[in-house]
Amino acid sequence: MAGPALIPAGDFRTTYAADTTIFPTRTSRNFAIAGVLLLCLAPQFFSGYWLSILIQIGIFSIAALGLNILVGFTGQISIGHAAFFLLGAFTSAYISNNAPIPVFFAIPLAGIVTALVGLVFGIPAARLKGLYLVIATLAAQYILLDFFSRAEWFSGGSVPASAEPFSIFGYALRGDKQYFYVVLAYVLASYVLVTNLMRTRDGRALVAIRDHYLSAEIMGINLTKYRTLSFGLAAFFAGIAGALYAHYQLVVSQEGFGIERSILFLAMIIIGGTGSIMGTLMGTAFVVLLPESMEWLSLQLKGGAIDHALSLNTNITFLREIAIGLIIIAFLMFEPDGLAHRWRQIKAYWKLYPFSH
Amino acid sequence: MNTAFLIQLLVNGLVVGTLYGVVAMSFVLIYKATQVVNFAQGELLLVGAWVCWALLAKYQVPFWIGMPMTLVFMFVFGIAIQVLILRPMIGEPIISVIMVTIGLSTVFQAALKWMFGVNPQPFPRVFESQSVNLLGLQIQTVYIMSLVVSVAMMIGMAWFFRASKYGLAMRATAFNQQVAQSLGISVKSVFAMAWAISATVSAVAGVVVAVVNGVSSGLAAYGIKVFPAAILGGLDSVGGAVLGGIIIGLLENIAQYVDSQYLHWGNLYEIAPFYVLIIVLMIKPYGLFGTHDIERI
Repeated sequence: MAGPALIPAGDFRTTYAADTTIFPTRTSRNFAIAGVLLLCLAPQFFSGYWLSILIQIGIFSIAALGLNILVGFTGQISIGHAAFFLLGAFTSAYISNNAPIPVFFAIPLAGIVTALVGLVFGIPAARLKGLYLVIATLAAQYILLDFFSRAEWFSGGSVPASAEPFSIFGYALRGDKQYFYVVLAYVLASYVLVTNLMRTRDGRALVAIRDHYLSAEIMGINLTKYRTLSFGLAAFFAGIAGALYAHYQLVVSQEGFGIERSILFLAMIIIGGTGSIMGTLMGTAFVVLLPESMEWLSLQLKGGAIDHALSLNTNITFLREIAIGLIIIAFLMFEPDGLAHRWRQIKAYWKLYPFSH
Repeated sequence: MNTAFLIQLLVNGLVVGTLYGVVAMSFVLIYKATQVVNFAQGELLLVGAWVCWALLAKYQVPFWIGMPMTLVFMFVFGIAIQVLILRPMIGEPIISVIMVTIGLSTVFQAALKWMFGVNPQPFPRVFESQSVNLLGLQIQTVYIMSLVVSVAMMIGMAWFFRASKYGLAMRATAFNQQVAQSLGISVKSVFAMAWAISATVSAVAGVVVAVVNGVSSGLAAYGIKVFPAAILGGLDSVGGAVLGGIIIGLLENIAQYVDSQYLHWGNLYEIAPFYVLIIVLMIKPYGLFGTHDIERI
């Protein structure tokens, strides 16, 4: 995780285990554990509004993490991520409504189903060199959404489908406060899983494909296999996140899961930093908080000159979309490594103060 | 079997298909010259149509002045996008460049809604629209106009690439950037030209659609339909893009015919091109005329 700038002089790593360690120092590990423990206390301190935002950040960050495996580590793009998210949501709702399977098991099942459907779209593209996957996922986005609006037995057609509340062995969780822990557990599990995946042989193969697929192929990495694998993983996490979302909202509708939402997922990882696991979390927080802060800003400006000039009240949705688009472009042009890079620089600054190197 | 209806739909498909072909052609132009998969192609159509609409409906400019003004604007607009946004991205990974165009499409889409509202607007009457009886078929004159304009643009593009000096420079750049540069071609200006021409041609297509159907943000859908067309024809073949567009246009309307006569699924019209896209990727991934990627090490 740590950039080369952070390694103090004289810190020579002599084993591979030491080189791939997640936490370079004991303090950083303790801080991480303390951070998680603090988050566990969050429901006690936060009001309902902030708690719901935290839950949203958690859910979307799992989906964004999946996308980051694909974009940041394998160097492929998907613009059908929202459709897979929605597929996970509908699948989990369908399974828990129609089969004697508790929600606890329905969520991972939904992830697996989503991954399988993802592979149907991904395999033809993953065989090809170049960026055919982005076009195949575009088709997936439209085909899946069309399917949802058609298949009344599965998704309720034009009527939103209802999902059961989360339950484990007959004990149902109610309310945001309890659901927060479910999301937190899933976020932790996914992030630990992906962090560890990137330390394995398979994870390094993905990165090799991203950096130079030709060299990777020469070194004996099976391109098709790993591209397919990473696309399947991306769809899997999208499905898990969608399932969590379904049992959080208790109702699933396809409203708002068009291609704009897929672009929003891309924005999360671009802003956070493609290829950075912690960055994904930061980017998701940024994208979730952006509309909230714009809402707040427009309330502050109400009645002022800027409000009259832009007529904020009626145009806030468009301004929000423009802001998202501009932020994507600006990050790609000026800060391609995203917030994660900024964060590393801030850490380095404090560590080295008062020197600059 | 409702023959009259089928023939009507086929004519419709041909008209829409040639328009898809024109848009796909300008998409492939950018892809070939600059290796950028442009996700903002539909928005270029939309910008052109709205600008022309604003000139004609808001400022009451006559069509024969308004249209050239739109084209000049789009030419400059295309150059501006390339110079301001895509030129700094040269040398960045190709996925970043694609994501920039996705960002651009979001910005244009939202900005146009902000400026012109979300409601579709009727286009000012440019031609006296009437039906012509052609071999027993009732065909609207705007359709014939659309077909003529599309074919004219295709011929113009073909002439440009085959006969003009700039076209030759562009083909050379598409073939090999380094060699082209060493022969004295300014790759920078070729990139800018590619965007400018693509934006202008798209704008013409946008105005044509607007004259037929009115202006609305739904126009950007043409930019999405480009992908099935271009994949079917082969991503890097201009002729293939045209043919792919026509096939997709015909196929949409045949799907609508089958749907309304036999299946009654509804909405098959919209979604059929994407099934075609997936099937083409499975069985003939480089399309009808695309070049196979063979790499030497």
